[in-house]
Amino acid sequence: MSIDLKTIKHISKLSRISVDEKKAEKLAGDLNSIFEFIEKLNELKTDNVEPLTSVAETTLKLRPDKVKSNNIREQIVKNSPQDNEDYFVVPKVIE
Amino acid sequence: MSDITKQSLTKLVENIKNKKLSSADVTKAFIERSEKSKELNSYITEDFALALDKAKKFDQKPNLDLKLPGIPMAVKDLFCTKDIKTTAGSKILNNFVPTYESTVTENIWKEGAILLGKLNCDEFAMGSSNETSFFGNVQNPIDKDLVPGGSSGGSASAVAGQLTPITIGTDTGGSIRQPASFTGTVGLKPTYGSCSRYGIVAFASSLDQAGPMAQNVKDCALLQEVISTYDPKDSTSIDFKRNQYSKELNNNIKGKKIGIPKEYRVDGMPKEIEDLWQKGIQYVKDCGAETIDISLPHTSYALPTYYIVAPAEASSNLARYDGVKYGFRANGENLIDMYEKTRSEGFGAEVQRRIMIGTYVLSSGYYDAYYLKAQRVRKLIKNDFDEAYKKVDAILTPSTPSSAFKIGEKTNDPVSMYLNDIFTVPVNLAGLPGISIPAGHDSKGYPLGLQIIGKAFDEQNILNIAYAMEEKIDFKNKITDWWIK
Repeated sequence: MSIDLKTIKHISKLSRISVDEKKAEKLAGDLNSIFEFIEKLNELKTDNVEPLTSVAETTLKLRPDKVKSNNIREQIVKNSPQDNEDYFVVPKVIE
Repeated sequence: MSDITKQSLTKLVENIKNKKLSSADVTKAFIERSEKSKELNSYITEDFALALDKAKKFDQKPNLDLKLPGIPMAVKDLFCTKDIKTTAGSKILNNFVPTYESTVTENIWKEGAILLGKLNCDEFAMGSSNETSFFGNVQNPIDKDLVPGGSSGGSASAVAGQLTPITIGTDTGGSIRQPASFTGTVGLKPTYGSCSRYGIVAFASSLDQAGPMAQNVKDCALLQEVISTYDPKDSTSIDFKRNQYSKELNNNIKGKKIGIPKEYRVDGMPKEIEDLWQKGIQYVKDCGAETIDISLPHTSYALPTYYIVAPAEASSNLARYDGVKYGFRANGENLIDMYEKTRSEGFGAEVQRRIMIGTYVLSSGYYDAYYLKAQRVRKLIKNDFDEAYKKVDAILTPSTPSSAFKIGEKTNDPVSMYLNDIFTVPVNLAGLPGISIPAGHDSKGYPLGLQIIGKAFDEQNILNIAYAMEEKIDFKNKITDWWIK
């Protein structure tokens, strides 16, 4: 199989990363060589194998739902690229 | 002063406890050497003034019962440190100041250690040479223009170059063991669930694990003892009885059964690596252990599996970097345009490549063919180890298929870069502990490492085997201080 420029554009949209033509071509080349390498898995028959989702064989523990954080709103907002007092600011979304 | 930085962590702790050295003496020595070592580019953020203040404060009222009393330490810049910039080697987190501390670093400070600074790494820990960092290459103290390995390249360089007595890295596919091997240092990737992932910038959550990087096995055991704790803040942290790894360290490995997996003899492996492995086999035999030939039949499928699982998890984990609440933001005409430009300008090429792979294998129509398939193969890889451990106590392999390579040598060929992790990746996929110890040099004089892989939660056993081998190997790292003018 081969990943074409149309597929690259599609993945770039899904992953919210803009790509221009030049970058798309480079990515197509890189991804094709990586997928060629990945295709090796098709040598294996795995229909009867249970997928491994986590190596940690542990059941999730329950805990009381209690607020533990201190009041750190100011520090958190300080990390935002653009803020307006207590709010995060983004480009206008409603006309 | 220079002689202080040559001392092992164990020796420094002893000297501080015996009051032969103060925390300020030790901290000053490492700061001075770090200042003279800018050319290595090991640090992203230095915190020297504050470190010295903390050292002086420690000396005024020293608590000598702690495990790391007044010991200065730089850590990989993937660990969130409260009020101190944490970048993960990325432009997108270039100005991020965490409001909380990772559990692993918190454990270290609680035992008396003092933060020297944050160490360079591949961007979001994605790389095997530290060349994907937004903050530039790191030099390997072994030789100029040689990569230190990655992703914990700054950490490996800082320990080998004696800019910090010891450090912590993270290992998703080999990121502690491979740079340890490239720099002649010791690196332990603990069992998945041994060290908390809370506050570590996430790459691939089912594989990521923090671990110590040190000059010797005993130092490594001591730090592991400090960082390995059960943590309710990490839902995959495992509540098991942890050893006092350094106190229980024991070089008697008589009668231990060590597996030698034939599948690790890969095509094109340099003879020097094969010879090193044979030497390793002889060392464990000399220690009274028995070696047994074993088979891990799915070894060659580990890297392709990894390059589905890790990017898939990464693409999901890195979805949070959108330029809204923290980090870098590029201006856009509207919200979507802002997201797309922020991520395009904020992430480097390798990270974008992996997000793209991950997005593709998780996308509609491909999920079963790739992601689910990889999870099934992952099960087969884990089964291989489970079978092997019915016969053996641990497994001995080379750490890497080559010694350190030159900066720029592999940057244009992602697959050849990925092949670096061929011996380390299976261990992450199976969630097992693995340690790399320096075991010899190649013809160029560059260090080579051997890896000991253990059963889950059997860190003590592989530390003991490493400890016994270390004594026999008597490795001397060839560091000439070439970067100090």
